[in-house]
Amino acid sequence: MKYLSRYRRHRAAAPILLLFALFAIGTTFSVASATTTPEQSEFSRSTAIEEGREIFLKGCSSCHGLNLEGSAIAPSLLGVGAASVDFQVGTGRMPVADLSVQIMRKPPVYDEKEVAALAVYVASLAPGPEIPTDASLNYERDGSTAEGGELFRTNCAMCHNFAAQGGALTQGKYAPTLMGVEAKYIAEAMTTGPQSMPVFSDKTLTPEEKLSIIKWVKAVEAEPALGGASLGRVGPVTEGLLVWTLGIGLLIGVAV
Amino acid sequence: MSSELEIIKDPGVPAHIHRQADLDPKAEQKAERQVAILFALSSLGTLLFIYSYTFLSEDLFIFFPILGTTNAKQLFLGLGLAFALFFIGAGAIHWAKTLMPDEEVIAMRHEMRSEDEDRRELIKTAKQGAAAAALGRRSLIKRSLGLSLGLVGLSPLLLLRDLGPLPGKKLETTSWKTGTRLVTDPGDRPIKPSDLEVGAVAQVLPAIKEGGHRALSDIGKDAVLLIRLRQEEFQLDPERLAMTYQGIIAFSKICSHMGCAVALYEQTTKHLLCPCHQSTFDVTRAAKVIFGPSARPLPQLAITVDDEGYLVAQSPFNEPVGPSYWERNSQ
Amino acid sequence: MTARERVAGTVANYVDERTGAAKWMKKNLNKVFPDHWSFLLGEIALYSFIILLLSGTFLTFWFDPSQREVVYEGSYEPLNGIEMSAAYASTLHISFEVRGGLLMRQIHHWAALLFMVAIVVHLLRVYFTGAFRKPREFNWIIGVGLLTLGIVEGFLGYSLPDDLLSGTGVRIAQAIIQALPVVGSYLSFFAFGGEFPGEAFIPRIYTVHVLLLPGIFLALITVHLMLVWYQKHTQYPGPGRTEKNVVGYPLFPVYMAKAGGFFFIVFGVTAFLSAVASINPVWLYGPYTPGQVSAGSQPDWYMGWLDGLVRMAPPIETHAFGHTISWNILIPGLIIPGIMFTGLALYPFIESWISGDKREHHILDRPRNVPNRTALGAMALTFTIVALLNGGNDIIATTFNLTINQMMWFSRIGILVLPPIAFVVTKRLCLSLQRADRDLVLHGRETGTLMRMPSGEFVEIHEPISAEKAWTLTQHEQPVPLELEDTDARGVRRPGAIKNKLRNRMSRAHAVAVPKVNAQDLKEIEHH
Repeated sequence: MKYLSRYRRHRAAAPILLLFALFAIGTTFSVASATTTPEQSEFSRSTAIEEGREIFLKGCSSCHGLNLEGSAIAPSLLGVGAASVDFQVGTGRMPVADLSVQIMRKPPVYDEKEVAALAVYVASLAPGPEIPTDASLNYERDGSTAEGGELFRTNCAMCHNFAAQGGALTQGKYAPTLMGVEAKYIAEAMTTGPQSMPVFSDKTLTPEEKLSIIKWVKAVEAEPALGGASLGRVGPVTEGLLVWTLGIGLLIGVAV
Repeated sequence: MSSELEIIKDPGVPAHIHRQADLDPKAEQKAERQVAILFALSSLGTLLFIYSYTFLSEDLFIFFPILGTTNAKQLFLGLGLAFALFFIGAGAIHWAKTLMPDEEVIAMRHEMRSEDEDRRELIKTAKQGAAAAALGRRSLIKRSLGLSLGLVGLSPLLLLRDLGPLPGKKLETTSWKTGTRLVTDPGDRPIKPSDLEVGAVAQVLPAIKEGGHRALSDIGKDAVLLIRLRQEEFQLDPERLAMTYQGIIAFSKICSHMGCAVALYEQTTKHLLCPCHQSTFDVTRAAKVIFGPSARPLPQLAITVDDEGYLVAQSPFNEPVGPSYWERNSQ
Repeated sequence: MTARERVAGTVANYVDERTGAAKWMKKNLNKVFPDHWSFLLGEIALYSFIILLLSGTFLTFWFDPSQREVVYEGSYEPLNGIEMSAAYASTLHISFEVRGGLLMRQIHHWAALLFMVAIVVHLLRVYFTGAFRKPREFNWIIGVGLLTLGIVEGFLGYSLPDDLLSGTGVRIAQAIIQALPVVGSYLSFFAFGGEFPGEAFIPRIYTVHVLLLPGIFLALITVHLMLVWYQKHTQYPGPGRTEKNVVGYPLFPVYMAKAGGFFFIVFGVTAFLSAVASINPVWLYGPYTPGQVSAGSQPDWYMGWLDGLVRMAPPIETHAFGHTISWNILIPGLIIPGIMFTGLALYPFIESWISGDKREHHILDRPRNVPNRTALGAMALTFTIVALLNGGNDIIATTFNLTINQMMWFSRIGILVLPPIAFVVTKRLCLSLQRADRDLVLHGRETGTLMRMPSGEFVEIHEPISAEKAWTLTQHEQPVPLELEDTDARGVRRPGAIKNKLRNRMSRAHAVAVPKVNAQDLKEIEHH
């Protein structure tokens, strides 16, 4: 205690206290706002479709309509298929938290079981793209990295950038980065064309070609920073920024 | 406060302040040691360089914060070289700053202008020389010299003629003819309308003969983007509508602004965005420019199906693809 | 005489008997160079150039400047079996199979970026301190030439690997050539040996990049340095420094040690950057084909402002009589840069016309003492920065959650509105700084110590500034506005009267300043 009172008026006391307060508030907030696991359900008794319907009515129908017909602010879900549901809800994009020009990925609200139930329910009302099975996603075996790179650069790089880091679209929309995205979601996105992304039909981009693309994306993700810090892998903008700050800064520092 | 202030005059170069090393032999030795240490660090750097080159494996990767996982050989080769060079410089500068004399020296400038005497002599020499050549008087020589020099100077430009062929009609023509099949890029697979769902895109090239090879110069004019919408989403006049097929519309992928590949299709807004300068094209209105610097829409390729049901071109493009040029009739 | 002196003497004698070197060496070894950190900026550019020559020569031993198509069979897996040009394949070979190759590629590219940064910062120093005034106008023009050629050389350099990003840039350059009225398509076909991309471009720019431009650079840099040497370097105002002297350190040994050491520093920092920061990772971009493009495609920073101008251009083309003129390409791509570089090159002559000042100047200006010039520079800089930011508008948009549409409109309006604002703000700032200087001279430095007078009043004690500082703050000359007459002695209007009126107006603006402390002011102070 004497220690505290002795240093009460030290110069560093205020900043340290501030940091401590920020830390305390921050951790309290994040702990308190962690999503709680949903209760074990009386749902477990129903079939998956019935489960899905329940979740849908509670969490989705206010925008997507009671019969999936859509509304002024949400598209119809008839025919989007299980793959769309798995993608949108599994990545947390749906349900929407903030209706803006683009719906962002965020921590999913529903757990795996619930997502599966929703997907089965939506698919039961109208046929659509299926969720890819694990067997069909064996990109290591069935894909070709080099071919995937060529396919990516022709079909994907103009939105997602040459190293799949993401890119700008019009009016504040953007193509997100593919780093850290599971193979299943990449496959589903190509097939269902979420939001601004177009659909890549299996006939024009075959399933093998899609696997090659995934294999290449995973290879780029795993590739170490070969020449040094990668500076974001977005090209000359960050390189120019570095030379104008660190580069000339170091040299003028020595000169002075 | 202030005492007698004189009119502000130049007080002259301020008195020299001696450095520690000038006054104290111990400080001088310390400075010498410091310089030596700096040079020694440089040698260490060189050793690291040699070691990395000779002994480090190319497949070794090492993690550093901020850098990420990077190639160890490249990193230490570079750091070794950097240290080797940097510390020679640091040592030399430290030596100059602490040990070499730092008394400021004054030297006088001389006027740039030459002495009048020199100028007069130059004028005299020049005039004499000019009179000797007498070009002013000998106009026949002057004119014939001018002609011959001009001819020999300019005529080698003729040698540049073979730098390239004349453009001819090349900028107006592509490989697309009536009946050319649309095939996937890459893969060269022909496409049926049923292959494309609503909201789908496909990168497309004209079909070539079996075993044929496409030159990049051809791709640079032939690349086409295929997009499928719902028929009712088009806002086209009947002539343009007739160039589509069951909601499928084809545009040249080569931007009408400066030639980048335009394939960034936003399914929700039905807009095409060129990533180079952000020209935005509205697909429902035949790629009309709605934002950005491009002044012309993308040329549309008229498509239909052949008797086997595959998509083919109805006719060649009805205008040149790619950026504008003087001879382009853009009306 | 020691043994060492004897040997040195023999060598010196041998050389001098054949070249007469002793005479000019004696004079030049003692040449005086003023010492200030801002004089090292040009040196950074010079040393970067040398680094470029060295690293570039290394690269030429492995680079294959050919566009013939090969199939990649090297060690970089993700490109195995892909068709690409030999230029691209050899760049991959240098990066992955030549030991130290990637390091050299990165040193070469970082040195190029540093070269351009140093040139720009050096240009700003020369501009804002007025070092371009007589007798240094030729050097200024050479400098602007070096800047322009540097931009071209850098563009050609990073286009050599024929990767997707630089190939896109080449396509845009080709579109500019093609857009030229009357001759555009012909020039484009001649440059590319036919249609774009063809197979002739990379080999041809290789010759320009490796032989022609470096040769021109060497010649220009030599003349640039010789002029500095012969005219002697300028110096900042200060005690003991006059228009007729140079105060500093002798070439041998002090300046040689410092300048020579700085070369190693620059090289060391460049090598450090190349070790820790990746640049131009062409293996990630992929080989160039006109059917592909990446989001966020930008040129290197020194061309970014050009790209920004092109992006913000309004979509204007003239279609008339079966011909097309693309103003949306010509204006931002050629006309505006042409005006900017021409204005830049001619500036010394413009300023001397405005001020009527035809004397030699070897003492530098403190920027605040020339508010008009400083404000003009700030205006031009603002223009360039707005253009530069717009060149990266898509990456800025995704990083800061803006839209490219907002960035575009900000740039279109900002580039017209922000420069004049910068001018006014900078000019006012300079004048306030002049006022602050004047206060400092008249009243001394505020010490922050209060003293209570017997009358009860509190005053802050001011400490008079040193004589050296007072001299530095008041040694500058204040420009006098021209008063050219528009009629002669008999009232007849002169030819060129309008030009004179304009000149008068501009020189009056140029001469706006806070008056210096003079003897009258000092006398008034004394009786305070």
